[in-house]
Amino acid sequence: MINLIYITVLLPLIGFLINGLFGRKIKNAFPGSSGEKIIGTIGSATVGISFLIVVGAFFQTISLPVEQRSNTVELFTWLSVGGLNVKFAYLVDQLSLTMALIVTGVGFLIHVYSIGYMHGDKSFWRFFAYLNLFIFAMMNLILGDNFIVLFLGWEGVGLCSYLLIGFWYDRNFEKGTTSQAAKKAFVVNRIGDFGFLLGMFLIYQTFDSLNFTEVLSKAATFPVAEATFGLIAIFLFIGAIGKSAQIPLFVWLPDAMAGPTPVSALIHAATMVTAGVYMVSRTSIIFASAPAVMMIVAVVGLLTAIMAASIGLVQNDIKKVLAYSTVSQLGYMFLAAGMGAFSASIFHVMTHAFFKALLFLAAGSVIHGMHEEQNIQKYGGLKKYMPRTYLTFFIATLAIAGVPGLSGFFSKDEILWYSYANGSFIFWLIGMLTAMMTAFYMFRLLSLTFYGKERFDHHHVHPHESPSVMTVPLIVLAFFSLVGGYVGLPKVFVGESGNLIDSWLKPIYAPAMNKLALYGSHSHFEEILLMAASVALALSAIYFALHVYTKKPEIAENLSVKFKGLYNLLLNKYFIDEAYEAAVVQPIQKGSEKLLWKVADVVLIDGAVNGLAKLIDKFSAGIRKIQTGATHAYAVMMLTGIALALLWLILSL
Amino acid sequence: MNIQLILFFILAAIAAVTSVMMITRKNAVLSAVFLVLNFFSLAGLYLLLNAQFIAVAQVIVYAGAIMVLFLFVLMLLNTDTEHKLFIDKKAIKFFAILVSIFVFVQLAFLIFKSNPSRTLTPDEEASINAGTIQSIGHMLYTDYIIPFEVAGFLLLAATIGALVLAKKKFE
Amino acid sequence: MSNVPMEYYLILSAFMFCVGVAGVLIRRNAIVVFMCIELMLNSANLTLVTFSSYLGNSIGQVFVFFVMTVAAAEAAVGLAIIIAMFRNKMTVNIDEINIFKW
Repeated sequence: MINLIYITVLLPLIGFLINGLFGRKIKNAFPGSSGEKIIGTIGSATVGISFLIVVGAFFQTISLPVEQRSNTVELFTWLSVGGLNVKFAYLVDQLSLTMALIVTGVGFLIHVYSIGYMHGDKSFWRFFAYLNLFIFAMMNLILGDNFIVLFLGWEGVGLCSYLLIGFWYDRNFEKGTTSQAAKKAFVVNRIGDFGFLLGMFLIYQTFDSLNFTEVLSKAATFPVAEATFGLIAIFLFIGAIGKSAQIPLFVWLPDAMAGPTPVSALIHAATMVTAGVYMVSRTSIIFASAPAVMMIVAVVGLLTAIMAASIGLVQNDIKKVLAYSTVSQLGYMFLAAGMGAFSASIFHVMTHAFFKALLFLAAGSVIHGMHEEQNIQKYGGLKKYMPRTYLTFFIATLAIAGVPGLSGFFSKDEILWYSYANGSFIFWLIGMLTAMMTAFYMFRLLSLTFYGKERFDHHHVHPHESPSVMTVPLIVLAFFSLVGGYVGLPKVFVGESGNLIDSWLKPIYAPAMNKLALYGSHSHFEEILLMAASVALALSAIYFALHVYTKKPEIAENLSVKFKGLYNLLLNKYFIDEAYEAAVVQPIQKGSEKLLWKVADVVLIDGAVNGLAKLIDKFSAGIRKIQTGATHAYAVMMLTGIALALLWLILSL
Repeated sequence: MNIQLILFFILAAIAAVTSVMMITRKNAVLSAVFLVLNFFSLAGLYLLLNAQFIAVAQVIVYAGAIMVLFLFVLMLLNTDTEHKLFIDKKAIKFFAILVSIFVFVQLAFLIFKSNPSRTLTPDEEASINAGTIQSIGHMLYTDYIIPFEVAGFLLLAATIGALVLAKKKFE
Repeated sequence: MSNVPMEYYLILSAFMFCVGVAGVLIRRNAIVVFMCIELMLNSANLTLVTFSSYLGNSIGQVFVFFVMTVAAAEAAVGLAIIIAMFRNKMTVNIDEINIFKW
């Protein structure tokens, strides 16, 4: 199965080609919705089969001894330029398999869900083509055995993200259009990609290779200056910041909600945005060699987490809340990576993929049932209309809030523990505050949507449960949100080898761990104490949220009036968009208009081009007179030419 | 001074003078007549060069056929004697003559520079033999049979072309 | 033949050629221009015959034969063109026919 891993990449590509090239024909060839069914089946089946192959490869790998678990599947030589020799090869190891399982597994469920969600859309086939293309790019990103293939996937997912955010290109989104949101995502991502590219160049210059295995083993043994490592790590991290929406490049992710909800679930919650985390995890040894950058990673992650969570407290759009929640959770993952807990960050990627995809899909189900209404102030009491959606949403909310026993609890707790053990109490405190806020805004969302008074207009809106093609994926994801955490039980309870995911991923991070070597000795008592504290705080936040938003909404009103300044600050997302607009976008626009357009383009470039044309025109007008049309003149010219040729012959004798 | 040299000078003088006369006559018919004279003197030079066949052909084809054709056309069109002999543009005219002289100087320089009589030892016997109808005919019907056929075809095409062009109306 | 140096023939030929060139360049009458071209062809023929004779090789004279053929064909077609031209423009002065331009 390991050798067949390329099929998992190839199949979505085939699906993309079929749906992309013939989708419209398929849809038109069959009456009613059977065309949609065929398109949806092709799209889902390709990803589903990929998932099965990944599962097969996973079990084959797990049966191998630990030293042999990292395998390379070589396909062909892609580039061979001078000393640079890039093979198109896939690296199948613990890390890539974990990510591949998440991507194909969750991806498959979201594909199935999309059949129901996108039903009746005029561009149904286009949606599935893009989704399959996304899976193709994402699998390249994950499985690539060198930076070039990773970069191919990296850019590919960026493209798909752009295409899918702007999928409903004819719709409006907030103050602009979806196309503007798509462009924003693309441009902001480009800034990050630029950093990533620089990092790649520097890696090639330093290690003379772009192959993961070579670079990482050289990084572990080569005597390279810490400054070089720092520079590489910073550049790579800039790439990760762009892709994974961290401060200061997180602004695109909330706007990315302009896309259809399954896209938000798949790309902007479960998979693509975690690519940055994956990349940091993959190059862990480089980051581990630059402790200062590790600290930057952790601080950026932490600040992003608390900032996004605080914005999430007051948002009223159901998808916006989830978007900021995603940014916040991604911050957690970077906090973990920065603390040296790479396996914890990947563990959180996994659990987050389950519950956040579930949250988005359930939200999509709600939006679907509420006729595209996304404002949670106009929901309320939907519990009885959508029992299955409610139940799954509830489970996901519990998971993300960190209620003990659910998946989110284990991963989040591990991160918090490492932030205390490897960082400091301040880190833990801020992380804890973030967790509280998370619990609060998630239960605010839950209460406003499913409990309390029905605040929607009964004449126009008739809430209904979604079809089973949509709810079954929800139930499957809910199951994993419930039990997914049990692969990473806290070491304090189950001992050093009881944390399955940690011991599974450990070999990947062994070089980094050797370099870091920061396992301090902390007593188990501390861990349990911190855990208990976090659980208590989360539960109190949940109680408070439920109390405020189901029983006494006036408390929230009063608070928002009382802290009007703070409330507005949060509601307007710290005015970061406006600040960027004023500080970056406007100067560039003004500069482009005043200088580049009016001066550089119109005067210099156009002037040069038109001037040249005019010059030639004048010159031609003069030279045209030579062409008199009289045969004599031509004959004289010809003879002159002959005379000159003869002269040349004589002179060269 | 032997007879051949004397003959050469006489014929060459006629050829040179008639050529100049030809381009300077106002009446085109006179030009044609001088050209015929020029062709005759050339035929004499060919005889001096032992090229009997070419000499005869020169008289028959050029002086006979082609020049008669020219005269025919001149008579047919019956254009008046030119009011102005040369083209209007003085500058071009002057320049053209200058360049022609320049070309002549260059050619003369090249001829004397290469000095062919120094390297060539003429063989009277071979020369006479080369000019006979027999040897030229042998060449034409063996080595040059394809160009010969092509030349025949060319004449045919020219005949048809001339007919088509000279017809009153194109249809 | 051998009493006359070869250069004499060649110089005569060059002279006739240049006279022909000058005639082509300065005469107005198209028929005269045509005759000047015949003159140039003949000067070339003279060179060919000269070399053929001095080398004792008849190839040059074979070439003269072909030149004559082409000249005959050319005269036929060229004169036909001049007649056609005359019919259209009522002139054979080539400086009055300046349609060879843009």
